[in-house]
Amino acid sequence: MPQDWRPSASPSTMRRRAAIVAALRAYFDAQGVCEVSTPLLSPQATTEPTLGNLGVNNPFDAELGWYLRTSPESAMKRLVASGSGDIYQLGPVFRADERGRHHLTEFTLLEWYRVGFGLEQLMDDVEGAIGAAGFTRPLTRMAYGDLFTRHLGVQPHGLATATLTQLVAAQDMVLAPADQADRAFLFDCLYACVLEPVLKNLGAVFLYDFPVELRAYARLTDGPPAVAARFELVVDGLELANGYHEIIDAQEQARCFAAENATRHGRGLFLVPPDAGWLAALASGLPACAGVALGVERLLMVLGLGHPIDAVSLFARELDK
Amino acid sequence: MATYSTNQFKPGLKLMFDGDPYTIIDNEFVKPGKGQAFNRIKIRNLKTGRTIEKTMKSGDTAEGADVVDLELQFLYTDGSEYHFMNTTSFDQLIASAAAMGDAAKWLKGQEMCQVTLWNDAPLAVSAPNFVVLRIVETDPGLRGDTATGGTKPAKMETGAVVKVPLFIEQGDLLKIDTRTGEYVSRAKE
Repeated sequence: MPQDWRPSASPSTMRRRAAIVAALRAYFDAQGVCEVSTPLLSPQATTEPTLGNLGVNNPFDAELGWYLRTSPESAMKRLVASGSGDIYQLGPVFRADERGRHHLTEFTLLEWYRVGFGLEQLMDDVEGAIGAAGFTRPLTRMAYGDLFTRHLGVQPHGLATATLTQLVAAQDMVLAPADQADRAFLFDCLYACVLEPVLKNLGAVFLYDFPVELRAYARLTDGPPAVAARFELVVDGLELANGYHEIIDAQEQARCFAAENATRHGRGLFLVPPDAGWLAALASGLPACAGVALGVERLLMVLGLGHPIDAVSLFARELDK
Repeated sequence: MATYSTNQFKPGLKLMFDGDPYTIIDNEFVKPGKGQAFNRIKIRNLKTGRTIEKTMKSGDTAEGADVVDLELQFLYTDGSEYHFMNTTSFDQLIASAAAMGDAAKWLKGQEMCQVTLWNDAPLAVSAPNFVVLRIVETDPGLRGDTATGGTKPAKMETGAVVKVPLFIEQGDLLKIDTRTGEYVSRAKE
Protein backbone atom coordinates (compact mmCIF):
# COMPACT_ATOMS: atom_id res chain seq x y z
CA MET A 1 0.00 0.00 0.00
CA PRO A 2 1.44 3.42 -0.86
CA GLN A 3 2.17 5.67 2.11
CA ASP A 4 0.27 8.47 0.43
CA TRP A 5 -3.45 7.83 0.78
CA ARG A 6 -4.42 10.78 -1.36
CA PRO A 7 -5.73 10.32 -4.92
CA SER A 8 -3.27 11.13 -7.72
CA ALA A 9 -5.81 13.43 -9.41
CA SER A 10 -7.26 16.51 -7.74
CA PRO A 11 -10.96 16.96 -6.79
CA SER A 12 -11.33 19.63 -9.49
CA THR A 13 -9.95 17.21 -12.11
CA MET A 14 -12.36 14.59 -10.79
CA ARG A 15 -15.28 16.96 -11.42
CA ARG A 16 -14.08 17.98 -14.87
CA ARG A 17 -13.66 14.31 -15.73
CA ALA A 18 -17.22 13.58 -14.64
CA ALA A 19 -18.52 16.44 -16.80
CA ILE A 20 -16.63 15.15 -19.87
CA VAL A 21 -17.86 11.60 -19.33
CA ALA A 22 -21.42 12.96 -19.02
CA ALA A 23 -20.95 14.88 -22.30
CA LEU A 24 -19.78 11.68 -24.04
CA ARG A 25 -22.81 9.79 -22.75
CA ALA A 26 -25.09 12.63 -23.91
CA TYR A 27 -23.53 12.42 -27.38
CA PHE A 28 -24.22 8.70 -27.68
CA ASP A 29 -27.72 9.14 -26.24
CA ALA A 30 -28.48 11.74 -28.90
CA GLN A 31 -27.08 9.40 -31.58
CA GLY A 32 -29.29 6.55 -30.39
CA VAL A 33 -26.31 4.43 -29.34
CA CYS A 34 -27.20 2.24 -26.37
CA GLU A 35 -24.92 1.96 -23.35
CA VAL A 36 -23.99 -1.59 -22.33
CA SER A 37 -21.99 -3.21 -19.58
CA THR A 38 -20.24 -6.50 -20.27
CA PRO A 39 -18.25 -8.65 -17.80
CA LEU A 40 -14.76 -7.72 -16.67
CA LEU A 41 -13.95 -11.37 -15.98
CA SER A 42 -13.78 -13.92 -18.73
CA PRO A 43 -12.61 -17.51 -19.15
CA GLN A 44 -11.13 -16.37 -22.46
CA ALA A 45 -7.65 -14.85 -22.79
CA THR A 46 -6.74 -12.60 -25.69
CA THR A 47 -4.82 -14.03 -28.62
CA GLU A 48 -3.32 -10.61 -29.44
CA PRO A 49 0.45 -11.06 -29.22
CA THR A 50 1.10 -7.54 -27.94
CA LEU A 51 -1.43 -7.58 -25.12
CA GLY A 52 -0.87 -9.23 -21.76
CA ASN A 53 -3.80 -10.62 -19.80
CA LEU A 54 -4.00 -10.40 -16.04
CA GLY A 55 -5.50 -13.43 -14.38
CA VAL A 56 -7.70 -13.88 -11.34
CA ASN A 57 -7.53 -16.98 -9.18
CA ASN A 58 -10.40 -18.37 -7.22
CA PRO A 59 -9.03 -19.17 -3.75
CA PHE A 60 -11.91 -21.58 -3.12
CA ASP A 61 -11.38 -23.62 -6.26
CA ALA A 62 -7.87 -24.06 -7.62
CA GLU A 63 -9.32 -25.32 -10.90
CA LEU A 64 -11.07 -22.04 -11.54
CA GLY A 65 -9.23 -19.06 -12.96
CA TRP A 66 -10.37 -16.17 -15.11
CA TYR A 67 -8.89 -13.38 -17.12
CA LEU A 68 -9.50 -9.69 -16.70
CA ARG A 69 -10.55 -8.34 -20.07
CA THR A 70 -8.03 -6.40 -22.15
CA SER A 71 -10.97 -5.02 -24.14
CA PRO A 72 -14.74 -5.63 -24.29
CA GLU A 73 -14.58 -6.42 -28.02
CA SER A 74 -15.64 -10.06 -27.93
CA ALA A 75 -18.72 -9.53 -25.77
CA MET A 76 -19.74 -6.41 -27.70
CA LYS A 77 -19.52 -8.18 -31.05
CA ARG A 78 -21.66 -10.96 -29.67
CA LEU A 79 -24.20 -8.30 -28.71
CA VAL A 80 -24.14 -6.75 -32.19
CA ALA A 81 -24.50 -10.20 -33.75
CA SER A 82 -27.50 -10.81 -31.50
CA GLY A 83 -29.24 -7.75 -32.94
CA SER A 84 -28.35 -5.06 -30.39
CA GLY A 85 -27.84 -2.33 -32.98
CA ASP A 86 -25.41 0.49 -32.15
CA ILE A 87 -23.85 0.12 -28.70
CA TYR A 88 -21.19 1.74 -26.56
CA GLN A 89 -19.43 0.82 -23.35
CA LEU A 90 -17.41 2.91 -20.96
CA GLY A 91 -15.46 0.90 -18.45
CA PRO A 92 -12.17 -0.46 -17.18
CA VAL A 93 -9.83 -2.75 -19.09
CA PHE A 94 -6.63 -4.34 -17.83
CA ARG A 95 -3.28 -4.79 -19.52
CA ALA A 96 -0.37 -6.48 -17.81
CA ASP A 97 2.99 -4.81 -18.12
CA GLU A 98 1.73 -1.46 -19.34
CA ARG A 99 2.69 1.48 -17.20
CA GLY A 100 4.26 4.77 -18.13
CA ARG A 101 3.53 8.45 -18.57
CA HIS A 102 0.72 7.54 -20.98
CA HIS A 103 -0.13 4.04 -19.77
CA LEU A 104 -1.99 2.52 -16.86
CA THR A 105 -2.37 -1.18 -16.16
CA GLU A 106 -6.04 -0.47 -15.46
CA PHE A 107 -7.57 2.26 -17.58
CA THR A 108 -10.93 3.38 -18.90
CA LEU A 109 -11.86 2.41 -22.42
CA LEU A 110 -14.73 3.88 -24.40
CA GLU A 111 -15.60 1.36 -27.09
CA TRP A 112 -18.45 1.56 -29.55
CA TYR A 113 -19.89 -0.18 -32.58
CA ARG A 114 -21.88 1.34 -35.41
CA VAL A 115 -23.90 -0.96 -37.66
CA GLY A 116 -23.52 -0.22 -41.37
CA PHE A 117 -20.71 2.32 -40.88
CA GLY A 118 -17.52 2.38 -42.93
CA LEU A 119 -14.19 3.82 -41.85
CA GLU A 120 -14.94 7.38 -43.05
CA GLN A 121 -18.23 7.53 -41.19
CA LEU A 122 -16.61 6.17 -38.08
CA MET A 123 -13.90 8.85 -38.19
CA ASP A 124 -16.67 11.47 -38.49
CA ASP A 125 -18.35 9.84 -35.51
CA VAL A 126 -15.15 9.99 -33.43
CA GLU A 127 -14.84 13.67 -34.33
CA GLY A 128 -18.41 14.15 -33.14
CA ALA A 129 -17.82 12.35 -29.85
CA ILE A 130 -14.59 14.09 -28.89
CA GLY A 131 -16.05 17.38 -30.10
CA ALA A 132 -18.91 16.88 -27.65
CA ALA A 133 -16.27 16.26 -24.98
CA GLY A 134 -14.71 19.65 -25.75
CA PHE A 135 -11.98 18.83 -28.27
CA THR A 136 -11.87 21.80 -30.64
CA ARG A 137 -8.51 21.46 -32.40
CA PRO A 138 -8.42 20.88 -36.18
CA LEU A 139 -8.20 17.23 -37.25
CA THR A 140 -6.46 16.04 -40.38
CA ARG A 141 -6.64 12.65 -42.11
CA MET A 142 -3.52 11.04 -43.47
CA ALA A 143 -2.88 7.64 -45.03
CA TYR A 144 -0.32 5.58 -43.12
CA GLY A 145 1.41 4.85 -46.42
CA ASP A 146 1.86 8.58 -47.17
CA LEU A 147 3.38 9.30 -43.76
CA PHE A 148 5.65 6.26 -44.01
CA THR A 149 6.80 7.12 -47.54
CA ARG A 150 7.50 10.74 -46.63
CA HIS A 151 9.78 9.81 -43.73
CA LEU A 152 11.25 6.47 -44.76
CA GLY A 153 11.45 6.91 -48.52
CA VAL A 154 9.55 3.77 -49.52
CA GLN A 155 5.96 2.54 -49.69
CA PRO A 156 5.19 0.28 -46.70
CA HIS A 157 2.60 -1.87 -48.44
CA GLY A 158 4.16 -5.13 -49.60
CA LEU A 159 7.65 -3.89 -48.70
CA ALA A 160 10.35 -6.58 -48.94
CA THR A 161 11.35 -7.99 -45.55
CA ALA A 162 15.03 -7.34 -46.32
CA THR A 163 14.29 -3.63 -46.86
CA LEU A 164 12.22 -3.51 -43.67
CA THR A 165 15.06 -5.09 -41.72
CA GLN A 166 17.55 -2.59 -43.16
CA LEU A 167 15.32 0.35 -42.24
CA VAL A 168 15.07 -0.92 -38.68
CA ALA A 169 18.81 -1.65 -38.42
CA ALA A 170 19.44 1.98 -39.41
CA GLN A 171 17.52 3.06 -36.29
CA ASP A 172 20.12 1.60 -33.94
CA MET A 173 17.73 -1.16 -32.91
CA VAL A 174 19.24 -4.43 -31.81
CA LEU A 175 17.38 -7.24 -33.61
CA ALA A 176 17.34 -10.88 -32.61
CA PRO A 177 17.22 -13.34 -35.56
CA ALA A 178 13.58 -14.18 -34.74
CA ASP A 179 12.66 -10.48 -34.94
CA GLN A 180 13.94 -10.19 -38.48
CA ALA A 181 11.20 -12.36 -39.96
CA ASP A 182 8.49 -10.77 -37.80
CA ARG A 183 7.12 -8.12 -40.15
CA ALA A 184 4.59 -6.70 -37.70
CA PHE A 185 7.39 -6.27 -35.17
CA LEU A 186 9.57 -4.51 -37.75
CA PHE A 187 6.75 -2.09 -38.60
CA ASP A 188 6.28 -1.45 -34.89
CA CYS A 189 9.99 -0.64 -34.54
CA LEU A 190 9.75 1.95 -37.30
CA TYR A 191 6.65 3.41 -35.70
CA ALA A 192 8.41 3.79 -32.34
CA CYS A 193 11.69 5.10 -33.81
CA VAL A 194 10.50 7.26 -36.70
CA LEU A 195 6.75 7.79 -37.10
CA GLU A 196 5.76 8.44 -33.49
CA PRO A 197 8.40 11.18 -33.03
CA VAL A 198 7.21 12.77 -36.30
CA LEU A 199 3.57 12.58 -35.21
CA LYS A 200 4.46 14.57 -32.07
CA ASN A 201 4.67 17.61 -34.35
CA LEU A 202 1.65 16.92 -36.54
CA GLY A 203 -1.19 17.86 -34.16
CA ALA A 204 -4.40 15.82 -34.30
CA VAL A 205 -4.29 13.22 -37.08
CA PHE A 206 -6.44 10.31 -38.17
CA LEU A 207 -3.89 7.88 -39.56
CA TYR A 208 -5.73 5.38 -41.75
CA ASP A 209 -5.18 2.39 -44.08
CA PHE A 210 -2.46 0.42 -42.32
CA PRO A 211 -0.15 -2.24 -43.74
CA VAL A 212 -1.84 -5.65 -43.74
CA GLU A 213 0.71 -6.89 -41.16
CA LEU A 214 -0.85 -4.43 -38.69
CA ARG A 215 -4.44 -5.37 -39.49
CA ALA A 216 -5.39 -6.70 -36.03
CA TYR A 217 -9.08 -7.48 -36.68
CA ALA A 218 -9.68 -5.05 -39.50
CA ARG A 219 -11.01 -5.95 -42.92
CA LEU A 220 -8.58 -5.85 -45.80
CA THR A 221 -9.35 -3.79 -48.87
CA ASP A 222 -9.11 -5.37 -52.33
CA GLY A 223 -6.30 -3.04 -53.40
CA PRO A 224 -3.89 -2.89 -54.98
CA PRO A 225 -2.24 -2.38 -52.65
CA ALA A 226 -4.41 -4.23 -50.17
CA VAL A 227 -4.47 -2.35 -46.87
CA ALA A 228 -6.04 -2.89 -43.46
CA ALA A 229 -9.20 -0.78 -43.14
CA ARG A 230 -8.44 0.70 -39.75
CA PHE A 231 -7.43 4.04 -38.31
CA GLU A 232 -5.73 5.47 -35.29
CA LEU A 233 -6.44 8.91 -33.91
CA VAL A 234 -3.12 10.36 -32.79
CA VAL A 235 -2.87 13.72 -31.02
CA ASP A 236 0.63 15.19 -30.70
CA GLY A 237 2.05 11.68 -31.01
CA LEU A 238 -0.30 10.21 -28.43
CA GLU A 239 -2.57 7.42 -29.67
CA LEU A 240 -6.11 8.21 -28.59
CA ALA A 241 -8.33 5.79 -30.49
CA ASN A 242 -8.22 2.73 -32.71
CA GLY A 243 -11.02 2.15 -35.22
CA TYR A 244 -11.80 -0.76 -37.52
CA HIS A 245 -14.00 -1.74 -40.36
CA GLU A 246 -14.73 -5.02 -38.60
CA ILE A 247 -14.25 -8.51 -39.93
CA ILE A 248 -17.65 -10.19 -40.26
CA ASP A 249 -16.54 -13.46 -41.82
CA ALA A 250 -15.98 -16.22 -39.23
CA GLN A 251 -13.35 -18.02 -41.34
CA GLU A 252 -11.37 -14.83 -41.85
CA GLN A 253 -11.54 -14.11 -38.12
CA ALA A 254 -10.40 -17.67 -37.37
CA ARG A 255 -7.43 -17.15 -39.72
CA CYS A 256 -6.56 -13.96 -37.78
CA PHE A 257 -6.59 -15.83 -34.48
CA ALA A 258 -4.43 -18.58 -36.02
CA ALA A 259 -2.00 -15.99 -37.42
CA GLU A 260 -1.79 -14.37 -33.98
CA ASN A 261 -0.95 -17.70 -32.42
CA ALA A 262 1.73 -18.22 -35.07
CA THR A 263 3.19 -14.83 -34.11
CA ARG A 264 2.94 -15.76 -30.43
CA HIS A 265 4.82 -18.96 -31.17
CA GLY A 266 7.53 -17.01 -33.03
CA ARG A 267 7.90 -14.64 -30.08
CA GLY A 268 8.09 -17.46 -27.56
CA LEU A 269 4.70 -16.66 -26.00
CA PHE A 270 2.19 -19.25 -24.84
CA LEU A 271 -0.60 -20.12 -27.27
CA VAL A 272 -4.21 -19.14 -26.61
CA PRO A 273 -7.25 -21.12 -27.77
CA PRO A 274 -9.26 -18.99 -30.20
CA ASP A 275 -12.34 -17.22 -28.79
CA ALA A 276 -15.11 -19.71 -29.64
CA GLY A 277 -17.98 -17.38 -28.65
CA TRP A 278 -16.67 -14.65 -30.93
CA LEU A 279 -16.33 -17.05 -33.87
CA ALA A 280 -19.79 -18.54 -33.29
CA ALA A 281 -21.32 -15.05 -33.24
CA LEU A 282 -19.70 -14.27 -36.59
CA ALA A 283 -20.81 -17.62 -38.00
CA SER A 284 -24.40 -16.82 -37.05
CA GLY A 285 -24.12 -13.43 -38.76
CA LEU A 286 -22.52 -10.19 -37.59
CA PRO A 287 -24.00 -7.25 -39.48
CA ALA A 288 -21.47 -5.09 -41.35
CA CYS A 289 -20.18 -2.65 -38.76
CA ALA A 290 -17.31 -0.46 -37.69
CA GLY A 291 -15.99 -0.22 -34.15
CA VAL A 292 -13.59 1.97 -32.25
CA ALA A 293 -11.95 2.04 -28.83
CA LEU A 294 -10.82 5.28 -27.24
CA GLY A 295 -8.65 5.72 -24.15
CA VAL A 296 -10.62 7.99 -21.85
CA GLU A 297 -7.68 9.05 -19.67
CA ARG A 298 -5.73 10.02 -22.77
CA LEU A 299 -8.65 12.05 -24.05
CA LEU A 300 -8.63 13.89 -20.70
CA MET A 301 -4.89 14.49 -21.12
CA VAL A 302 -5.27 16.06 -24.57
CA LEU A 303 -8.20 18.11 -23.27
CA GLY A 304 -5.72 19.66 -20.85
CA LEU A 305 -6.84 18.06 -17.59
CA GLY A 306 -3.34 16.98 -16.67
CA HIS A 307 -0.14 15.23 -17.50
CA PRO A 308 1.17 12.51 -16.98
CA ILE A 309 -1.75 10.05 -16.98
CA ASP A 310 -1.53 9.88 -13.16
CA ALA A 311 -2.95 13.40 -13.01
CA VAL A 312 -6.22 12.39 -14.71
CA SER A 313 -6.84 9.05 -12.98
CA LEU A 314 -7.83 9.05 -9.33
CA PHE A 315 -5.62 6.30 -7.92
CA ALA A 316 -3.08 5.82 -10.69
CA ARG A 317 -0.15 4.98 -8.43
CA GLU A 318 -1.87 2.25 -6.43
CA LEU A 319 -0.10 -0.58 -8.27
CA ASP A 320 3.32 1.08 -8.60
CA LYS A 321 6.21 -0.55 -6.81
CA MET B 1 26.61 -8.06 -11.91
CA ALA B 2 22.82 -8.24 -12.01
CA THR B 3 20.85 -7.76 -15.21
CA TYR B 4 17.93 -5.37 -15.36
CA SER B 5 14.79 -5.51 -17.48
CA THR B 6 13.43 -2.36 -19.17
CA ASN B 7 10.61 -2.15 -16.63
CA GLN B 8 13.23 -1.81 -13.86
CA PHE B 9 15.02 1.05 -15.63
CA LYS B 10 14.89 4.15 -13.46
CA PRO B 11 16.78 7.44 -13.63
CA GLY B 12 20.17 6.98 -12.00
CA LEU B 13 20.45 3.24 -12.69
CA LYS B 14 23.92 2.41 -14.08
CA LEU B 15 24.03 -0.02 -17.01
CA MET B 16 26.46 -1.34 -19.60
CA PHE B 17 25.84 -0.63 -23.31
CA ASP B 18 28.37 -1.49 -26.02
CA GLY B 19 31.08 -2.01 -23.40
CA ASP B 20 30.70 1.40 -21.75
CA PRO B 21 29.01 2.30 -18.47
CA TYR B 22 25.96 4.56 -18.76
CA THR B 23 23.54 6.17 -16.35
CA ILE B 24 19.83 6.34 -17.18
CA ILE B 25 18.44 9.85 -17.39
CA ASP B 26 14.96 9.08 -18.67
CA ASN B 27 12.91 6.01 -19.53
CA GLU B 28 9.74 6.44 -21.59
CA PHE B 29 7.34 3.57 -22.24
CA VAL B 30 6.19 3.67 -25.88
CA LYS B 31 3.56 1.33 -27.25
CA PRO B 32 2.34 1.95 -30.77
CA GLY B 33 -1.36 1.40 -31.27
CA LYS B 34 -1.96 -2.30 -31.25
CA GLY B 35 1.76 -2.99 -31.44
CA GLN B 36 4.87 -4.09 -29.67
CA ALA B 37 5.92 -2.17 -26.53
CA PHE B 38 9.23 -0.34 -26.48
CA ASN B 39 11.19 1.70 -24.00
CA ARG B 40 12.82 4.85 -25.31
CA ILE B 41 15.68 5.59 -22.97
CA LYS B 42 17.94 8.59 -22.63
CA ILE B 43 21.33 7.56 -21.27
CA ARG B 44 24.58 9.35 -20.47
CA ASN B 45 27.92 7.73 -21.16
CA LEU B 46 29.85 7.97 -17.90
CA LYS B 47 33.19 7.96 -19.72
CA THR B 48 32.50 10.66 -22.30
CA GLY B 49 29.60 12.52 -20.71
CA ARG B 50 27.69 12.24 -24.00
CA THR B 51 23.94 11.70 -23.84
CA ILE B 52 22.25 9.45 -26.39
CA GLU B 53 18.78 8.01 -26.98
CA LYS B 54 18.13 4.35 -27.50
CA THR B 55 14.97 2.37 -28.24
CA MET B 56 14.67 -1.09 -26.73
CA LYS B 57 12.03 -3.77 -26.93
CA SER B 58 10.16 -3.84 -23.62
CA GLY B 59 11.28 -6.74 -21.51
CA ASP B 60 14.79 -6.76 -22.98
CA THR B 61 17.60 -6.58 -20.47
CA ALA B 62 20.90 -4.85 -19.92
CA GLU B 63 23.73 -5.73 -17.59
CA GLY B 64 24.23 -3.54 -14.55
CA ALA B 65 27.44 -1.51 -14.46
CA ASP B 66 29.60 -1.80 -11.35
CA VAL B 67 29.56 1.93 -10.77
CA VAL B 68 29.56 3.66 -7.38
CA ASP B 69 29.82 7.28 -6.35
CA LEU B 70 32.12 8.06 -3.39
CA GLU B 71 33.08 11.26 -1.60
CA LEU B 72 36.89 11.26 -1.64
CA GLN B 73 39.44 13.84 -0.57
CA PHE B 74 41.77 15.18 -3.24
CA LEU B 75 45.37 15.01 -1.97
CA TYR B 76 47.76 16.08 -4.71
CA THR B 77 48.76 15.64 -8.34
CA ASP B 78 52.14 14.43 -9.49
CA GLY B 79 51.62 16.19 -12.79
CA SER B 80 50.13 13.26 -14.67
CA GLU B 81 47.92 11.48 -12.12
CA TYR B 82 45.64 12.64 -9.33
CA HIS B 83 45.69 11.13 -5.87
CA PHE B 84 42.57 10.78 -3.70
CA MET B 85 41.92 9.36 -0.25
CA ASN B 86 38.90 7.71 1.27
CA THR B 87 38.67 9.56 4.61
CA THR B 88 37.00 6.65 6.40
CA SER B 89 39.14 3.73 5.19
CA PHE B 90 42.25 5.84 4.36
CA ASP B 91 42.49 3.89 1.07
CA GLN B 92 44.20 5.86 -1.64
CA LEU B 93 43.00 5.91 -5.25
CA ILE B 94 44.57 7.32 -8.38
CA ALA B 95 42.59 9.06 -11.12
CA SER B 96 43.85 9.70 -14.63
CA ALA B 97 43.76 13.13 -16.25
CA ALA B 98 40.99 11.80 -18.52
CA ALA B 99 38.88 10.84 -15.50
CA MET B 100 39.54 14.25 -13.92
CA GLY B 101 38.22 16.13 -16.97
CA ASP B 102 37.44 19.75 -16.09
CA ALA B 103 37.54 19.06 -12.35
CA ALA B 104 41.36 19.21 -12.27
CA LYS B 105 41.54 22.93 -12.94
CA TRP B 106 39.52 23.81 -9.81
CA LEU B 107 41.44 21.72 -7.23
CA LYS B 108 44.26 22.81 -4.92
CA GLY B 109 44.21 19.93 -2.43
CA GLN B 110 42.04 18.90 0.56
CA GLU B 111 38.73 19.32 -1.33
CA MET B 112 36.08 16.60 -0.97
CA CYS B 113 35.11 15.49 -4.48
CA GLN B 114 32.52 13.11 -5.85
CA VAL B 115 34.46 10.32 -7.55
CA THR B 116 32.63 7.81 -9.74
CA LEU B 117 34.28 4.40 -9.65
CA TRP B 118 33.76 1.82 -12.40
CA ASN B 119 35.09 -1.64 -11.55
CA ASP B 120 36.84 0.04 -8.58
CA ALA B 121 38.79 2.50 -10.75
CA PRO B 122 38.00 6.24 -10.89
CA LEU B 123 35.99 6.96 -14.02
CA ALA B 124 34.89 10.53 -13.45
CA VAL B 125 35.53 13.22 -10.87
CA SER B 126 33.31 16.16 -10.02
CA ALA B 127 34.85 19.14 -8.25
CA PRO B 128 32.82 20.61 -5.36
CA ASN B 129 30.04 22.83 -6.79
CA PHE B 130 31.72 25.91 -5.33
CA VAL B 131 35.41 26.53 -4.75
CA VAL B 132 37.29 29.56 -3.36
CA LEU B 133 40.47 30.43 -5.23
CA ARG B 134 42.93 33.31 -5.29
CA ILE B 135 43.67 35.34 -8.44
CA VAL B 136 47.34 35.19 -9.41
CA GLU B 137 47.08 37.29 -12.54
CA THR B 138 44.63 39.86 -13.93
CA ASP B 139 44.57 43.42 -15.27
CA PRO B 140 44.48 46.11 -12.57
CA GLY B 141 41.00 46.66 -11.14
CA LEU B 142 38.82 49.60 -12.21
CA ARG B 143 37.92 50.97 -8.80
CA GLY B 144 34.29 51.69 -8.20
CA ASP B 145 33.26 50.11 -11.49
CA THR B 146 30.54 47.81 -10.20
CA ALA B 147 27.89 48.91 -12.68
CA THR B 148 29.06 48.65 -16.28
CA GLY B 149 28.87 44.88 -16.38
CA GLY B 150 32.14 44.47 -18.30
CA THR B 151 34.41 41.52 -17.64
CA LYS B 152 38.09 40.63 -17.97
CA PRO B 153 39.96 37.32 -17.72
CA ALA B 154 41.60 36.35 -14.43
CA LYS B 155 44.02 33.50 -13.89
CA MET B 156 43.46 31.59 -10.65
CA GLU B 157 46.06 29.89 -8.48
CA THR B 158 45.14 26.49 -9.97
CA GLY B 159 45.69 27.79 -13.50
CA ALA B 160 41.99 28.07 -14.37
CA VAL B 161 40.94 31.25 -16.18
CA VAL B 162 37.67 32.84 -15.13
CA LYS B 163 35.81 35.89 -16.44
CA VAL B 164 35.53 38.41 -13.61
CA PRO B 165 34.01 41.91 -13.23
CA LEU B 166 36.31 44.85 -13.92
CA PHE B 167 36.60 45.95 -10.26
CA ILE B 168 38.27 42.68 -9.18
CA GLU B 169 41.96 42.94 -8.16
CA GLN B 170 44.90 40.58 -8.44
CA GLY B 171 45.21 38.72 -5.12
CA ASP B 172 41.44 38.71 -4.47
CA LEU B 173 39.78 35.51 -3.29
CA LEU B 174 36.83 34.49 -5.48
CA LYS B 175 33.96 32.07 -5.07
CA ILE B 176 33.45 30.16 -8.33
CA ASP B 177 30.70 27.82 -9.51
CA THR B 178 32.62 24.89 -11.02
CA ARG B 179 29.55 23.61 -12.91
CA THR B 180 29.42 26.73 -15.07
CA GLY B 181 32.99 27.98 -14.53
CA GLU B 182 31.50 31.34 -13.58
CA TYR B 183 32.48 33.91 -10.98
CA VAL B 184 29.94 34.10 -8.13
CA SER B 185 31.31 36.66 -5.67
CA ARG B 186 34.38 37.82 -3.80
CA ALA B 187 35.21 35.68 -0.79
CA LYS B 188 36.80 36.47 2.59
CA GLU B 189 40.10 34.99 3.81
